[in-house]
Amino acid sequence: MILTASEKTAKSHLVVVGNGMVGHHFVEQLIAQKGHEAYQITVFGEEPHLAYDRVHLSEYFTGKEAADLAMTDGTLYDQHGVRYFTNQQVIEINREDKILRLKGGESLSYDKLVLATGSYPFVPPIPGHQRDNTFVYRTLEDLDAIRDCAKKVTRGTVVGGGLLGLEAANALKNLGLETSVVEFAPRLMPVQLDEKGGDVLKGMIEGLDVKVYTNTATQDIVDGDDAFHRMNFADGTHLETDLILFSAGIRPQDALATQSGLTVGERGGIAINNFCQTSDENIYAIGECALWNNRIFGLVAPGYTMAKTAVGHLLGSSDFTFTGADMSTKLKLLGCDVGSVGDAHGQSQGCKVFVYQDEISQSYRKMVVSEDGKKLLGAVLVGDNSYYDTLLQYFLNAIDLPEQPQSLILPAMGDAPVGLGVDALPASASICSCHNVSKQDINQAVSNGAVSVAEVKGLTKAGTGCGGCAALLKKVVDNELLSLGVEVSTDICEHFAYTRQDLFNLVKVENIKSFKALLAKHGKGHGCEICKPAVGSILASVWNEYVLKKEHISLQDTNDRFLANMQKDGTYSIVPRIPGGEITPDKLIVLGEVAKQYELYTKVTGGQRIDLFGATLSQLPAIWKQLIEAGFETGQAYGKSLRTVKSCVGSTWCRYGVNDSMTMAIDLENRYKGLRSPHKIKFAVSGCTRECAEAQSKDIGVIATEGGWNLYVCGNGGMKPRHGDLFATDLDDATLVKYIDRVLMFYTKTADRLQRTSVWMDGLEGGLDYLKAVVIEDKLGLCDELEAQMQRVVDTFQCEWKTTLEDEEALKTFRQFVNYEGEDSNVVFVQERDQVRPATDAEKQQLIAKVG
Amino acid sequence: MQWHLICKQSDLVIDAGVAAMVNGQQVALFYVPEASEQVFAIGNWDPIGKANVLSRGLVTHLNGQWSVASPLYKQHYDLANGCCVEQEAKVPVWPTKLVDGKVYIRQSN
Ligand code: SRM
Ligand SMILES: Cc1cc2nc3c(=O)[nH]c(=O)nc-3n(C[C@H](O)[C@H](O)[C@H](O)COP(=O)(O)OP(=O)(O)OC[C@H]3O[C@@H](n4cnc5c(N)ncnc54)[C@H](O)[C@@H]3O)c2cc1C
Ligand code: SF4
Ligand code: FES
Repeated sequence: MILTASEKTAKSHLVVVGNGMVGHHFVEQLIAQKGHEAYQITVFGEEPHLAYDRVHLSEYFTGKEAADLAMTDGTLYDQHGVRYFTNQQVIEINREDKILRLKGGESLSYDKLVLATGSYPFVPPIPGHQRDNTFVYRTLEDLDAIRDCAKKVTRGTVVGGGLLGLEAANALKNLGLETSVVEFAPRLMPVQLDEKGGDVLKGMIEGLDVKVYTNTATQDIVDGDDAFHRMNFADGTHLETDLILFSAGIRPQDALATQSGLTVGERGGIAINNFCQTSDENIYAIGECALWNNRIFGLVAPGYTMAKTAVGHLLGSSDFTFTGADMSTKLKLLGCDVGSVGDAHGQSQGCKVFVYQDEISQSYRKMVVSEDGKKLLGAVLVGDNSYYDTLLQYFLNAIDLPEQPQSLILPAMGDAPVGLGVDALPASASICSCHNVSKQDINQAVSNGAVSVAEVKGLTKAGTGCGGCAALLKKVVDNELLSLGVEVSTDICEHFAYTRQDLFNLVKVENIKSFKALLAKHGKGHGCEICKPAVGSILASVWNEYVLKKEHISLQDTNDRFLANMQKDGTYSIVPRIPGGEITPDKLIVLGEVAKQYELYTKVTGGQRIDLFGATLSQLPAIWKQLIEAGFETGQAYGKSLRTVKSCVGSTWCRYGVNDSMTMAIDLENRYKGLRSPHKIKFAVSGCTRECAEAQSKDIGVIATEGGWNLYVCGNGGMKPRHGDLFATDLDDATLVKYIDRVLMFYTKTADRLQRTSVWMDGLEGGLDYLKAVVIEDKLGLCDELEAQMQRVVDTFQCEWKTTLEDEEALKTFRQFVNYEGEDSNVVFVQERDQVRPATDAEKQQLIAKVG
Repeated sequence: MQWHLICKQSDLVIDAGVAAMVNGQQVALFYVPEASEQVFAIGNWDPIGKANVLSRGLVTHLNGQWSVASPLYKQHYDLANGCCVEQEAKVPVWPTKLVDGKVYIRQSN
């Protein structure tokens, strides 16, 4: 690099010192405001990497790489003529001549200077703090060093039980260390939590096998007896540990300010005014190094606001000012929810407090309200953050509290809605604090044409920081769309201006047999992951052709395309059909043998069958060949199709059974097993009213009675359980099947894509009575057709795996690589409880490190 | 940079992907006859789902761009430049050519 003091360009020279999150945001904002046209911009960063997402730093241990955390790869800078240098520390400012000096000895002049030097971890000067195997937690390099050390040792201790300390403790735990936390203060997270909240958190964290020492001062660190270090505590006790991580707070990096005589605070920090100018009007300070009104802001959102303010001021606008920031936070620490809003300690004059504590489920909530009980001043949440969004909105917008303010922290009883409707939020309500986006900004984006959360995100950046505002953001967007009368389009996607139901009818009436033909006649473009599988499913419902036929193969979602369920590591699970859950000992043995031969993880599913996990793509055909030879069929666990018909043993064995539920379940499963539908379908048959098969929670539920069978429809387990509706009683076998044919085919014809029967029923105009009228009374005159269509599906059933094994072309697509025989080296298993499971990222790294 | 012969055109699946191994690196090849490029080559590693699966995603055409939807969590990766549409993430891309029924990609060494 050659830069000299005399180098001059036509534009004023703006230098940014520090390329952390805030320094980068500053450059981004400056470019967005066309600041690069007014200034020649130069950026210096001391770290070897360009700016990266420090907020998500811990994810570096859970699989993210430096490139994933990077906030820029430099392209943005290059495109706008911003010069940038990493590994370059600025060591001196000569304010008189406006010259900077770099560590390498070079110097250069500036016209305007922005200090975004962040902060550094404070390490308490305990004797022994500089020993080997002691670390801090701030940069990628710190994490590299911690990871290297953790590979060799077993015990780790974090000094400091604040926010960052607990995050670091989580990281140590994930690295497989026995972890302890040592906190000087009487409770964890002393800044954010009150005493009781700290206690509850401590209990929860200890429950996770992390030892917590509060009220504990470390006197010195010396050689350990059975570990690398021994920490001697002031009360005479001690702790042996191999690795020590200091997380005892941060200090603003203000060395340059001190050196050059800028005003700094008593306890550090570069003093700034509301425009983020330091005591020298040509020098700005933003982010964690800046001190405003005697306060440091150790979060990224206030830093971003400062960046915006400085950009505005540099471009000649006084519209933006920095006037402090909300420091409310919500976090998941070691899996425990913790939230803190406003005045958590109740220090405001005359304030009153509500407290709710539940020692059974371990949660604690406190609200601090104004003397008159009208406004929320602060809150503390431990154990359940679902209350946070609402409380934060009351606080930030000074909304009048409801008459019974305590209802905001009491557990919800019955169906009463908790929380604040988005309508009640004022326009100025801050929705995304990371990017300072208000309700008004979102509404503006919507009225400028954004019609989805994704588009609003693109326009406003809301939701792209910590992600904590996602749920609220969606509510505000939906609410605004609705209030604008925007009809949320029912087109299935940009390629077809039709609903699924329309497409179903078109396929059937016009005798259309392929996606391409449908697209040519009724669509545009080339299709996407919404319409392709949806049309694939419709074609299968109507014509029931082999799903891997050449013209259908590219429509199938990966599970359907490879006739197996993809798992997180790219391997597959295999679920043969076991109708009704009945299986012979011989077949059980075959499953065991196959699983053993291919080293598959084996589990009994929630649907009364057996799932074999961990098969690679190229193993699938061989495994299925053996299973089919032993008499198994595909279980279509991958398809939107019939899953299982769960059954109890019924009257054959059970002393209470009134009918043979087992035979009925097997017959039903065999009848409907080939049906592709809008979503998966589950059945159950119980042999008597004790309902051991839980039929009332299934799409189709059948319960034996003295007089035949009772039929229940549209039940659901899963995310939003729904009891099935009693549809007809005391049916004989034939009528039962007839009704099920009609109900299922009517559902298949009219439901939306990926709509379970429960949701379909809830949206069906006329509801249960209408469905009865269609199916029982044949109100639409459709019944013959529905039955005929179902019969066609039944008659054309084929086991897709059997067909595939006979089809050379289809088999070719199961090769792992087209040009190479090996397997995917990223698929790594470890043993747990005598079976394989996928290795975690940390385990993979260790395994690879050991090999390499 | 040089052209590597990867496989025959008949090894590809129309409008879908297959995986190939090139210099120890996993590549996802997509054969899209309707696109001007015809064959796209991107990294097979899904940086968000963290598995070598992109070749097994659905090929999509959105706003005039060809992309693949990851089979794990459904993010789209642009086949032409490797950029993830929904999140900040990127996969490598390589130039390809289809000559006499053979598929080539260009990679350094
Ligand atoms: C394997 C299994 C869990 C187990 O280890 O027992 C399982 C595994 C999966 N379930 Fe399930 N579910 C399994 C029984 C259930 C049950 C219990 C049952 O069937 O009696 C339910 C609740 C009952 C219900 O559906 O009403 C269930 C409700 C869900 C849901 C929520 C559906 C809903 O409408 O709310 C999903 C998500 C979805 O489908 O969108 C889901 C999705 C999944 C997926 C597909 C998630 C995924 O994308 O990977 C899993 C596929 C795993 C695989 O590779 O096989 N699974 N899932 C069970 C397989 C049963 C079988 O033999 O086929
Ligand atoms: C593990 C962890 C988790 C966090 N979680 C959250 C969270 O959930 N929410 C939240 O809001 N905040 C969180 N933070 C805090 C957040 O990361 C910081 O507020 C933010 O990074 C501050 O940005 P900055 O640019 O001011 O400082 P930094 O990101 O520290 O950047 C300053 C940069 O300037 C460089 N620099 C310093 N001096 C010089 C010099 N003389 N010459 C050249 N370069 C120099 C430094 O090397 C550094 O790269 C977390 C921090 C950590 C470490
Ligand atoms: S409950 Fe969730 S994690 Fe468990 S199998 Fe079902 S989808 Fe997977
Ligand atoms: S509040 Fe962090 S992304 Fe919106």
